[in-house]
Amino acid sequence: MSTFLVQRLMQALVLLLIVSMIGFAILHLAPGGPLSQFAASGEMTQADLDRIAEQLGLNRPLPVQYVEWLWRMLRGDWGLSYRDQQPVLHIIASHIGATLELMLTSTLLAMLLGAWIGILGAIKRYSLFDSLATIGAMIALSIPTFWFGLVVIYVFSVGLGWLPSGNRYTIGDGSLLNQLHHLIGPCIVLALVSTAVWSRYMRSSMLEVVNQDYIRTARAKGLPERSVLLRHAFRNALLPMITITGLHVPTLLSGALVTETVFTWPGMGRLFLDSISYRDYPVVMGILMFTAVLVLLGSLIADLLYGIADPRIARNG
Amino acid sequence: MTKHSDETIKSTFPMPALHRREILALGAGGLLAASGLSARAQTKAAPPPPAKPTGQVVVGLSQEPTAFNPLMPGIEVDETVWMQVFNTMWLADPQGNLIPDLAVEIPSEANGGISEGGLAWKVKLRAGVTWHDGTPFTAEDVKYTLELINAPGFKSRTRVGHALVKDIKVTGPLEITWRMEKAYAPYLALLSNTFIVPKHLLEKATDPNTAPFNGAPVGTGPFKWGTRQPGDNITLVANEKYHGKGPYLEKAVLKYVPDQTALYAQFRTGQVDLIIGTGIPANFYEEAKKLPGRKVVMIPNASLEILMPNLENPVLAEKAVRQALYASINKQAIIDIIYYGTHKPTESFAPQESWAYNPNLPKQQYDLAKANKILDEAGWKRSGSGVRMKNNVPLEFAVSTTTGAALREQCQQLMMQDWQQVGVKMTINNMPAAVIWGDFYTRSKFQSLLVGTAFRTVIDPDPASRFASDAIPAKNGSGANQMQWQNAEVDKLLKAGQETFDQAKRKEIYWKLQEIAREELPILPIFQYAPIEGYKEGLIGFEPNINARQNTWNMGSWYWAR
Repeated sequence: MSTFLVQRLMQALVLLLIVSMIGFAILHLAPGGPLSQFAASGEMTQADLDRIAEQLGLNRPLPVQYVEWLWRMLRGDWGLSYRDQQPVLHIIASHIGATLELMLTSTLLAMLLGAWIGILGAIKRYSLFDSLATIGAMIALSIPTFWFGLVVIYVFSVGLGWLPSGNRYTIGDGSLLNQLHHLIGPCIVLALVSTAVWSRYMRSSMLEVVNQDYIRTARAKGLPERSVLLRHAFRNALLPMITITGLHVPTLLSGALVTETVFTWPGMGRLFLDSISYRDYPVVMGILMFTAVLVLLGSLIADLLYGIADPRIARNG
Repeated sequence: MTKHSDETIKSTFPMPALHRREILALGAGGLLAASGLSARAQTKAAPPPPAKPTGQVVVGLSQEPTAFNPLMPGIEVDETVWMQVFNTMWLADPQGNLIPDLAVEIPSEANGGISEGGLAWKVKLRAGVTWHDGTPFTAEDVKYTLELINAPGFKSRTRVGHALVKDIKVTGPLEITWRMEKAYAPYLALLSNTFIVPKHLLEKATDPNTAPFNGAPVGTGPFKWGTRQPGDNITLVANEKYHGKGPYLEKAVLKYVPDQTALYAQFRTGQVDLIIGTGIPANFYEEAKKLPGRKVVMIPNASLEILMPNLENPVLAEKAVRQALYASINKQAIIDIIYYGTHKPTESFAPQESWAYNPNLPKQQYDLAKANKILDEAGWKRSGSGVRMKNNVPLEFAVSTTTGAALREQCQQLMMQDWQQVGVKMTINNMPAAVIWGDFYTRSKFQSLLVGTAFRTVIDPDPASRFASDAIPAKNGSGANQMQWQNAEVDKLLKAGQETFDQAKRKEIYWKLQEIAREELPILPIFQYAPIEGYKEGLIGFEPNINARQNTWNMGSWYWAR
């Protein structure tokens, strides 16, 4: 087990280095740069722009910039944002709470709903419920999030006035109830698509299991159907879900770009989007590395959990 | 939809010539009534401001303020914060008059503040001003500010004008003098946008570029720095020891809503009290005007929407071509149909509210026959494909603008159709904002651009950094003359305009400059921006100011009618 862990960690480090190189190169080689936000208004002269580029070190060769960035990164210095003049880690930390709150609630909702729909669909395969669930999932998957977000705002906030049209809380009112009220809209939007995804996974995973020999055996020895489904089928059907959950961890923390923008949710997704459009290199690289670490960590944890849940895998590893 | 573009602006902002003293006498509510902003205020006197700062206002912004040191690089939206936390030595009112703030009077040749033909400056400062931490404000702070801007390692935003300042001397606790390398009239206007920072806090930092001050600024302004929720809002709190009028609000919240439509929705549902800056999207104008309990107005600013030709492009270099292109732009259709009747057509590079604006420029007429005639006379002959040719060069060029700017993209299509009819082939080459406004723009790599930009120095009409021959970055110039205009007479006028402090003489110079620009068309002006801003009824004191960079310029004197 420990050799496996060391091996995986070594692989992860190499991967992170490659990710950082590719990310850095793509980001810096893309035309344009952080100074373009100042140029359009015509207020800053070329002399000003050139001086700032030099002060930021933007006119040095790319490899030099990369090595310097990497060296600082290795010592724990993630750099200062060009836009904010604040340390990158500080900026990430100040956005992650909002994202976690939104993603955890919507994922929890989606998992519960999705599992229920998936299991029911699998048990009553080709029933009216199953067909409706399948069609519903396809529709949910094909609805563009930004459009659905705007529809939710239009109907529930502008039209009916039931929900706030965005934000994490009402300014001046930070109560839990107020925050929950604000959470409903973006949560529905995010959960819609994930519920569809989870229900599809759950359904196919369950279908695979219910046709196995041991289920037939369980039924044959006279176990009640409820017990067959929950004790034997459901537990085994959950196995593949562990991997999916592990791979889902980075999404939990890196935020939902579109939903956060539509609902004015001050999370990681919007931070990433804003940082890219301003070409705030240190922040974009910071988020990239942060997400890369999470992806690797997520899949590692999934592998470990899988081993614990299914002893057959553990023995092989 | 056709008629309200000009009329609305005029009827909304008659802008009477009020003097500072009268403004003070009238009070904020009276000013609103006098400028005709609020119909109700005209019939009913505004209630007096509260005795103690009360309530809060939530200002909706579609960009996020992130730079809080007012001397460091920032964009316009950052100034909404600077204006509350800091002060300048003087500022400009809506009529363009300079009003003393940290200074006691505006230096001029008449009062001896400016002497030796503009080379020697002396400023007397206001007594009794304190920084938010209680430290008294002195001339040392002004000296420190001006020196920091020019300090070699400091990431200052701009050194235009400031680079000419030398020999700064503190001649008394509240008096400062300096010398200029040359006479430079726009410096008065530049200082109206130069916020003074505290010496005692910044000099303590090992590097002012990374000082803690930059994340939690301390100033002398009506509001103190409160809290910041990055990506969401900034909360400012009343400075009860403010030296000026107000503040009357206990809290001012600057709320960032990244999507303009979402921002408008929050304005509708009442989560934000007002929208300024980029404003309400034009397609919601008609609807927004009818919202109960909201005032929605078009507020002109100094930016122009223009077609910017690259004058080094072989086709666009020819004046006749530019004149023909200009004659075949359907401005009215662009404004009425694409922009829903918002914004106002213009012929000048100067904003129409400026004292230097020349109202006598010939008015552009949408006239395809005239355009055809100009091109025929200039020797551009129609080829088989319908595109005109001259010396085997086709009359063809690209127009670039920001990808995803839907209204500009529609504008491009309209231009393309019109120009096709006069034998001009226009192509579209759009790019994302961070790409197009990089080297492509600053180093004049475009053929032509559809861009919204301003041609003045802060609030001074001087356009030297945009029009002078030595301001072309693509030719190692240090300014922002991206169209690469070179004209000896213009250079002479620009120089003369900077050297004299006499407004009558300067006006004459800038009128002449506008005539030349209208004839030569280094830029093809389409309209002057007048975005739609809106606020909740009952907010007293909101007063648009084209001479301020944001309409939160006087937020210290806002309050709610009770």
